Amino acid sequence: MVTQSEFAIEARNLTKQFGELTAVNHLDLDVPRARIYGFLGPNGSGKSTTIRMLCGLLTPSEGRANVLGVDVPGDANKLKPKIGYMTQKFSLYGDLTVRENLDFIADVYMYSRTEKYSRIAELLDKYDLINQEHQFAGTMSGGQKQRLALACAVLHKPELLLLDEPTSAVDPKSRRDFWARLFELADQGTTILVSTHYMDEAERCHRLAILDHGVKVADGSPKDLQAATGMSIVEVLADDPYTAQVVIEKEPEVVSVTQLGIRLRVLIPVKFTNPLKIIVDSLARNGITASTEIVAASLEDVFVAVTQENNAMEPVN
Amino acid sequence: MRKELRQLRRDRITFAMIVGIPIGQILLFGYAINTDVRNLKSAVANQANTHLSRQFIAELSETQVLDFRYAVDTPQELEKLLRSGRISVGVHIPVDFDRRTIDARRAAAHLLVDGADPTIVGIANQLAMMPVGFDTTRSNPMRSLEVRPYYNPERRTAVNIVPGLIGIILTLTMMLFTAVAIVRERERGNLELLINTPVSTAQLMIGKIVPYIAIGLLQLALIVGVGRLLFDVPLQGTMAELYIASSVFIAANLALGLFISTVAQTQFQAIQVTIFFLLPSILLSGFMFPFDGMPVFAQYLGEILPNTHFIRLTRGIMLRDASLIELGNELLVLAVITIIAMTGATLRFSRRLD
Repeated sequence: MVTQSEFAIEARNLTKQFGELTAVNHLDLDVPRARIYGFLGPNGSGKSTTIRMLCGLLTPSEGRANVLGVDVPGDANKLKPKIGYMTQKFSLYGDLTVRENLDFIADVYMYSRTEKYSRIAELLDKYDLINQEHQFAGTMSGGQKQRLALACAVLHKPELLLLDEPTSAVDPKSRRDFWARLFELADQGTTILVSTHYMDEAERCHRLAILDHGVKVADGSPKDLQAATGMSIVEVLADDPYTAQVVIEKEPEVVSVTQLGIRLRVLIPVKFTNPLKIIVDSLARNGITASTEIVAASLEDVFVAVTQENNAMEPVN
Repeated sequence: MRKELRQLRRDRITFAMIVGIPIGQILLFGYAINTDVRNLKSAVANQANTHLSRQFIAELSETQVLDFRYAVDTPQELEKLLRSGRISVGVHIPVDFDRRTIDARRAAAHLLVDGADPTIVGIANQLAMMPVGFDTTRSNPMRSLEVRPYYNPERRTAVNIVPGLIGIILTLTMMLFTAVAIVRERERGNLELLINTPVSTAQLMIGKIVPYIAIGLLQLALIVGVGRLLFDVPLQGTMAELYIASSVFIAANLALGLFISTVAQTQFQAIQVTIFFLLPSILLSGFMFPFDGMPVFAQYLGEILPNTHFIRLTRGIMLRDASLIELGNELLVLAVITIIAMTGATLRFSRRLD
């Protein structure tokens, strides 16, 4: 084997084109071992395509990747026993019961009878599926399906877990439980690559990359990213947030205005030294009363800042 | 309505089917439906070996109804050829042929006919009216040849149809099972997960075939059982022989179905391709029309269909008590078709999504 790299995944220049469309554009990626690494990006930003390239399902148009010391897609077959993959769409058999599904996956990984029996019992217990053991997978709730899918993905104790939007069809409580399980797996040494479009999930990752139109626009820990937005955030509390938004959006310095309840979050690049004054003056000129204050950047601000029309933002790292 | 047409236009296989099914099938029908059967495979046992008998054989040959492939010495050898399916008609000319031609009470020669197919018996009966000898002016043409239909003396259609029907039913059900098997998993997303596991393509293919062979054999038992109970279809050979022949045939169809499954993009397309394949299996396999009667081109097409070979096998085993060794060629062809289709399916099956 090659020397154990500190990274589970190293990708350089990874590019995938579908005809005219460049789904993933010269992506460099370093995913440290035993960490949860997030892919944050809107739909169509290239998250799924990247994950599929990393597990050898898609051939990159350009670039290369080394996953767990294996070159993909060249040696992808050597990689298969070491990775667990959870597809965006539920991909187990709806007309098999929970146990039958687990049984099938265990057979696929060539578990012996006794190993299989104890491993399935362990998983049923751990993933809270005991009561559903004999239920058809197709008739289960989103949360239950997701637990089953995760149980199947980790059945063979993979070193690397690739999860493609695992929580898109799941309620908030199930999502919280799901993440608790991911942390447990990471603690035990599993590397996890998870794509999401939920901010709160991205915030939990040890490290994350923000993708936009196939380009990595930011990469770092959530804290670093928040610290390095390159934006000042002004929070505006106005009686009439709609009018206030219309007015503020007209200011040339303002990059974006997002309404959150009755508050507005205004992003202004840090090169403008007095962001508060810009907003206060603007509101005053238009006779709108509102309270304003500078606040710390949230991950959502980061996301808005980096995906906002390529306004000369330096990729932070 | 416009939406339907737009979707249809984008589904290339369906679009090809819209044009391909009518054109392909009308050509097949046109070629296969031919009641004016010629060139029946035949053999002659000329025990008289006189000038007259040789001339008679030449005359028979000139009608182009019979195509003499073999010349043997005894009627027993004719029966053997008949049983193995290598000929459908045998002409036996007895030693006293010359004397018989002038004796109005006795038939001058015998036509040994594979009676399984009533069409062929009909043709043989027409042939039997042919005058023999030089006295062609005889006012009252009589039967100069005696027709001896083997294997189905009562000329019941069911006896001929049921063995062939086994092939048709198995072709349809077996091919459909596997044709949709991989496409269905692809549509449901199961495949994306499966190809990310260490399962090899060969394991996947075998897993898709083996269970269905059992189902196919169950169907076989049902058809043979009902055929015997209700229609009194004989089973001259042994059930074991029938099962061996059927297993190979079922495997061939399953493999072809798998191949379809790797080509088709949707289950709907897979079903269409299967139907496209089924029609020639009915028309060109010798099930509906005698194989020998079809034009050479159609015969070549028929030879690549598993059902053609299987019908020869079932008719041989069930009606003529032919042994698998006598029918070995047909088994071999089926095995070759299976291997080619399996290899094709395995090669075409991509473990990638692009």
